[in-house]
Amino acid sequence: MIYRRLFNVPTWQFRSPFGELERMRQQMDRLFEEARAPYQAAQAGVFPLTNLSEDKENYYVRAELPGVKGDELDIQVTGNNLAISGERKIASEEEGARYHRREREAGTFSRMIGLPGDINRDNVDAKLEDGILTVVVPKAEIAKPKQITVST
Amino acid sequence: MADTQSKELKVRDKQEVASPAEQTTPGLVFTPAVDIFETEKEITLLADMPGVKADDLTIDLRDNTLTLSADVAPADNTDEQDILVEYETGRYYRQFTLGELVNQENIDAKLNDGVLRLSLPKVEKATPKKIAVKTG
Repeated sequence: MIYRRLFNVPTWQFRSPFGELERMRQQMDRLFEEARAPYQAAQAGVFPLTNLSEDKENYYVRAELPGVKGDELDIQVTGNNLAISGERKIASEEEGARYHRREREAGTFSRMIGLPGDINRDNVDAKLEDGILTVVVPKAEIAKPKQITVST
Repeated sequence: MADTQSKELKVRDKQEVASPAEQTTPGLVFTPAVDIFETEKEITLLADMPGVKADDLTIDLRDNTLTLSADVAPADNTDEQDILVEYETGRYYRQFTLGELVNQENIDAKLNDGVLRLSLPKVEKATPKKIAVKTG
């Protein structure tokens, strides 16, 4: 081609400035991702935000639900999943109240949390204290760590 | 309020206090979400403070500045290993400047299910005095 003979460069090099930009953009994205707090990166983005921890016997699921009553919550176990749903109600105030600020929100929520191991679904215990929900899910025998002694 | 109650709640990250002065004690400090409204008689403040016990909450009002601060006792779960951490816990702190005089004697605070309800009764104003303008 006359084009190639004139400039003596392969055609793919014409695309390269954009390729370079794309590569830079990806690197920037990665940089911002790393700069974010680790817990934000792990968020599922579904209300309520949940902390999950374990010890040898149980899994512990915690969520902050201020102003939610126990009977407004619906907690179900299916397989190794824990479903938490409910509604947060904010009672309307008397007539003629003039609002300065309204930051608290009411609404429904529903969340499914997958537990990493097998559970004993018969003894799940949930309590709501000072606006914090704690669900204690006992592990199934098979999911509990078993101490192995080393014989000498 | 019927329309707002049926909507689905969105995740909102806890707001950390943006203060120019650094805290002397380590740990995170969050800004509680509040509703504030006033009626003829009083100003009411509702604040979401999950995990706060009544004993750990300090409400201070001086020179028209209302300060809410609360400590959250760290959970005694040192044996537990975190698998997923989506929210952090810490203290709560928030300050408001009140535009109106408050009757300090009758302030009432209740803490239920992690929600603080603070009633600040207004000081009864002197009845407005009408001034008659004479002509002539």
